[in-house]
Amino acid sequence: MSNIKKAFENGKAFIAFITCGDPDLETTKKVVLEACKNGADLIELGIPFSDPTAEGPVIQGANIRALAGGVTTDKVFDLVRELRKETDTPFVFMTYANVVFSYGSEKFISLCKETGVDGIILPDLPFEEKEEFSPVCDKYGVDLISLIAPTSENRISMIAKEAQGFIYIVSSLGVTGTRSEIKTDLASIVKVIRENTDIPCAIGFGISTPEQAAKMAAISDGAIVGSAIIKILEKYGKEAPKYVGEYVKSMKEAL
Amino acid sequence: MTNKNGRFGIHGGQYIPETLMNAVIELEEAYNHYKNDPEFNAELTELLNEYAGRPSRLYYAEKMTKDLGGAKIYLKREDLNHTGSHKINNVLGQALLAKKMGKTRLIAETGAGQHGVATATAAALMGMECVVFMGEEDTKRQALNVYRMRLLGAEVIPVKSGTATLKDAVSEAMREWTSRIDDTHYCLGSVMGPHPFPTIVRDFQSVISKETKQQILEKEGRLPDAVIACVGGGSNAIGSFYNFIEDKEVRLIGCEAAGRGIDTFETAATVNTGSVGIFHGMKSYFCQDKYGQIAPVYSISAGLDYPGVGPEHAYLHDIKRAEYVPVTDDEAVNAFEYLSRTEGIIPAIESAHAVAYAMKVAKEYDKDKIIVVTISGRGDKDCAAIARYRGEDIHE
Repeated sequence: MSNIKKAFENGKAFIAFITCGDPDLETTKKVVLEACKNGADLIELGIPFSDPTAEGPVIQGANIRALAGGVTTDKVFDLVRELRKETDTPFVFMTYANVVFSYGSEKFISLCKETGVDGIILPDLPFEEKEEFSPVCDKYGVDLISLIAPTSENRISMIAKEAQGFIYIVSSLGVTGTRSEIKTDLASIVKVIRENTDIPCAIGFGISTPEQAAKMAAISDGAIVGSAIIKILEKYGKEAPKYVGEYVKSMKEAL
Repeated sequence: MTNKNGRFGIHGGQYIPETLMNAVIELEEAYNHYKNDPEFNAELTELLNEYAGRPSRLYYAEKMTKDLGGAKIYLKREDLNHTGSHKINNVLGQALLAKKMGKTRLIAETGAGQHGVATATAAALMGMECVVFMGEEDTKRQALNVYRMRLLGAEVIPVKSGTATLKDAVSEAMREWTSRIDDTHYCLGSVMGPHPFPTIVRDFQSVISKETKQQILEKEGRLPDAVIACVGGGSNAIGSFYNFIEDKEVRLIGCEAAGRGIDTFETAATVNTGSVGIFHGMKSYFCQDKYGQIAPVYSISAGLDYPGVGPEHAYLHDIKRAEYVPVTDDEAVNAFEYLSRTEGIIPAIESAHAVAYAMKVAKEYDKDKIIVVTISGRGDKDCAAIARYRGEDIHE
C-alpha cells in the first residue's frame, strides 16, 4: 500500500512543490518542515534540471538558482534523509527523465525507497515511455505518478487504469506558472478518471490563490501549488520558511 | 529503420509532456497517410523543383581535388537551394503536411537561422503565421538572418534562458507548442526530438542522397567511397547518408563541431564526448555531467552548437555503420577560407566542418577514389563572424 494514500486521508489534499536547493538546501529543509507543520499533505521535492522544458519562467529560475548553488542528486538524497528524521509527510520527487536515467534507474529508485520518497513525477515521461522506469519502480514499491492533460481526451482511461499513487491533472495548456483563470473543463476529466480508477487525483498548474485551490479541490481530491511558493522563495530567500508556512496554512484552510 | 514508437536501436522514443502526446500521434497518423499519397508527393516535388530549385548540383571540385592530391572531391550543392541551405527540403514537406492537417501557424527553433529563414519562407509562401525561437546569443551572431525572417513576415523571439543558444530555442519552441496546439505545427528543423520528427525530417532530407546516388552513377558509373557531412542535430548528414546506408562499401562520415577541442569543455561534439541520455523528447547521446545536467556546449557555428544528436545517428554510431569525427573551430574556419579561394564557393561555417575533414582525409585515398562532401548551406551569413574570428570588425 502506497504511503501517498495517507496524503488524501485528511480532507482535500494540499500538495506543495519546492525546488531543492533554492536558494540553498538548508532553507529547503526549513521550508519543507514549515509546509508540513502548516498542513501540507504531500511535498513534491523538485530535483533541479538544467533544461526544465515543462516549466514556466518562475520554476526555471528556481532550477537555475539551485544548480548555481551546487545542488546535486546526491545532496538531494541527503536532504531527504535529514527530513525523514523530522517528518513522515509523504514525499514525491518531481524531476526530469534524464536526472533519473543518468543517475542509474536502479540506483535512483532504490534510494527513493531507502530514504523514504514515495513516488516520482516525470513530466517528460508519457504513458508510452513509462516502461523506462516502471519495472524498477514496481520492484521497489515507488509510485510512478501519471499526468493527465487538457489534451489527453481519448487517453484518459488508458492512463487512469494503470496509474499509481495519485493522478496529477494538468489544469491548463502550456507550462507551469500562475494563471488568473483556469478554463479547462476539469470536471469531465475527473469524471472519466473516476470511471477507471479509485486512486485520488489532484489538480496543478496555474493555482495560486485560496479561491482557486478551493475550486480545484472541490472537483478533485486536492490542489498542487508550485510557482506561487517559488515566488515566495524568490522574494524572501533564506527568510522564506515563515512566509511559506503562512501561505500553506491559508491554502489548506481554504480547501 | 524505425521500429515501434520510433526507436533506432535503444535511441529515439517520445519523452515529452502528456499535453503533446495527442499532437505527435496526430502528426504521425497524418504523415503515414500523406507520405504515400500521390497528390501530396506531386505537390511536394513541384515545390522542391520549381520553388526550391532542386535537384541540387553534384559539382566536381577539380581545383580542390588537384590541390589536395588524393580522392576526387564532389560537392553536393545544397547551398544553391532557395534560402541557401538544405533546410528548405524539410520545411516545404512539413509546411505542406501542416497545411493538409488544417494548421494555420508554424513555430520553429533555429540556431544559425537557416531553418528559421526556411520556415519563414514556407510560411510566407503558404500564407501561414510564423513564429521563430532563436537563442539571444545567436540573434547577435546571425543578425542578418534575423532580419531576413522578419522581412519574410515571421516573428522572431530571442530566447534568453539557459545558454541562449539552439538548445534553449528548442526548449522554448516545445514550451510554446504545449500552450498552443490546435492551430499550430511545430516545424522541427532537425532529425531530433520525439518520434515521429526524426523519421519525418529524415525522409524529407533523404532527397539529398537520392539525388547524389543518381548523379554520381551518371558521372562516374559507380558509388562514392565516402560521403562526408556536418552533424549538429544531423539533418543534412542523415539526408546525405540515408540512401547509402545499405551500400556498405560507402564510408559515411559525420563531422561534429569540436569547438576549441574535444579535450576542452568548449565543444559540441556529442558522439565524441557525450553519453546516452534523455532530453528534448528523445533518447540519444548528449553532452552532460554525471548527474544528467545538460552541458553548455560551444562551437563557432551556431547551427552545430547543440548538446545532442539525432537518434538515428546515435544508432548508426552504435552499429558502427557511420563514423563521427570532431572538427575544431580553427579547422572549420581554415576550410571556410580554403573553399572560398580554391573553388569560389563560400560554404556555411557548419558545412565548412565537413570540408575540413575532407581536406584532412583526401590524401589518404587514391586518385581513383571518390569523396562526396555535402555543402549544406552557403556562408554569406557567416562572413561577419569569421571576420571577427580573424580579428577584423566588419559591419553587415
